[in-house]
Amino acid sequence: MFLTDEEKAVLDGSEGEARAHAMDLMVRYAKALGAERLVETNNVCGGVVGSLPGRRDVLPEDKRHDMNAVYSLLNLDSDKTLDIPPVKTNTYRLIEAMDADLYDVQGVGEETQRLVRETTAFCQKSGYQLCNTCTPYQVGNVPLFGEHCAWMESSAVIYINSLIGARSNVEGAHSTAAASLIGKIPYWGYHIPENRRGTHLVEVEYPIDNMLDWGLMGYYVGEKVQENVPVFTGISGVPNANKLKHFGASMASSGGVEMYHIVGVTPEAPTRDVAFGGNRAQETIRFGRAELEEAYSWFSTAKDTDVDFVVLGCPHGSLEQVRLVAGLLEGKRLSANTDLWMFIPRSIKAIADRMGYTDTFRKAGAYLMTDSCAALSKVSPKDVKTAATDSCKQAHYLPATMGFGTWLGSTEQCVNAAISGKWTGGLE
Amino acid sequence: MTVIILKGRPVVEGVAEGEALVTRQTISGFGGINNQTGEITEVRHELRGKSFKGKVLVFPGAKGSSGWASHFQTVRLAGAAPAAMIFNITTTKMALGAVVTRVPAVTDLDQDPLDVIETGDWVKVDGNTGTVTITKPDRKDGA
Repeated sequence: MFLTDEEKAVLDGSEGEARAHAMDLMVRYAKALGAERLVETNNVCGGVVGSLPGRRDVLPEDKRHDMNAVYSLLNLDSDKTLDIPPVKTNTYRLIEAMDADLYDVQGVGEETQRLVRETTAFCQKSGYQLCNTCTPYQVGNVPLFGEHCAWMESSAVIYINSLIGARSNVEGAHSTAAASLIGKIPYWGYHIPENRRGTHLVEVEYPIDNMLDWGLMGYYVGEKVQENVPVFTGISGVPNANKLKHFGASMASSGGVEMYHIVGVTPEAPTRDVAFGGNRAQETIRFGRAELEEAYSWFSTAKDTDVDFVVLGCPHGSLEQVRLVAGLLEGKRLSANTDLWMFIPRSIKAIADRMGYTDTFRKAGAYLMTDSCAALSKVSPKDVKTAATDSCKQAHYLPATMGFGTWLGSTEQCVNAAISGKWTGGLE
Repeated sequence: MTVIILKGRPVVEGVAEGEALVTRQTISGFGGINNQTGEITEVRHELRGKSFKGKVLVFPGAKGSSGWASHFQTVRLAGAAPAAMIFNITTTKMALGAVVTRVPAVTDLDQDPLDVIETGDWVKVDGNTGTVTITKPDRKDGA
């Protein structure tokens, strides 16, 4: 594997022990991939491991509150406690374990609150931007076309690869942590133009319209193509960002899709030929009403029509989605037996406060929450048996991580369920 | 007793041997394994209830959440890691996961290991050279 003189120097300790370790880890990772070299990145989005109880149990008891020790082991796979220096690249934090203000409502225990405070202080010190969102691209980190990034969250990677033309693989906690310290990532996978070309053709024969349709189509195609690059034809008009946010998140949940093309919409697919770039489609998949119904039938984890918990904002919601939900909640009151939590980035919450949406939610008995997520942060109201969500990704994970039977429907159906306490939704 | 040698690409250095545990299904980190025992927990998985602890794990590759490597790192720290890994499909999850599991690993073998290796075979993995040595026990049924 080729290393520049500068990379070799860092490996030999020219920038200190922590960056030397990060470079060593990066080189071993690049060799494991079969990469020929590294590439520079100045855009890293990663998770800081160690805010949820249990994750630090692998450390000796006297090291569990030493953030250098926690980060060295859990984020850099170093047995030795390194003195972690400031990040070298622009680095953005993904989801945290709780809402920084509403942790009591979320039922977060004191131990987690302490771990979160420690992790937060560590990020502040090292320059790790506390965006605490799975959608950094909604809150100011919009990479440029062709920009090499090292992002971790699969729904965000598929978004920036496909819709913006930025270049990232789905990284892990250790590779993003190392990248943040040295500004390098293996030149492999979707960093290389040839690998971004389409491999499978999807002929869409049904007017895909609302967010649920897009989510279901993504879920169906992800299951079929796994790690490949689907090219969609037959989409009329330009969909909006919210719909494609759900579309990509679904494809990355049921399969491992990190890149797709929509002919005439996404930047690397002005035509079908350009999208395939000389590749022959390995398979052609037809997507019509029957496939939409089949995908919906895979979400059959709920039986009870009494809904205890409605989860919106997966991936984190946009202002447009907040406005839609606030409009549906205006002048209404949630059922006494049902909670509604919508998860959004903190800076979008600031605007929601200013617009009065937060008040509308509160008057209805619902919450706008930040920094966190039901399935990943493992937060929920007490005694939930049945949940409802407008997100295929959340409906994919909630039964597994929280044990909730989960209904899937449109945003409107979910809000109605929170108001009436009853699920009456379904595929329209 | 039959001995078969396969050649491939080294992924993680080191040499280890053990009994093979083979699956044709990819393995999920988050929601797919018990990271204290090395047991496969995914509901629809053919190895559900079996542990890869101390075994040479032969599988197509990694799937699921980007936390894959963190889960396999925890497996290692809990003392439940496989002895070695042999896989077919290289992804970022798989490569980073192999690195932090810190066991010898190889891929891109000259024959499909899922066809050649059976659960119970004795397998030596040389992660320095990419060589896999498979010793098949004599089977009484002549198969």
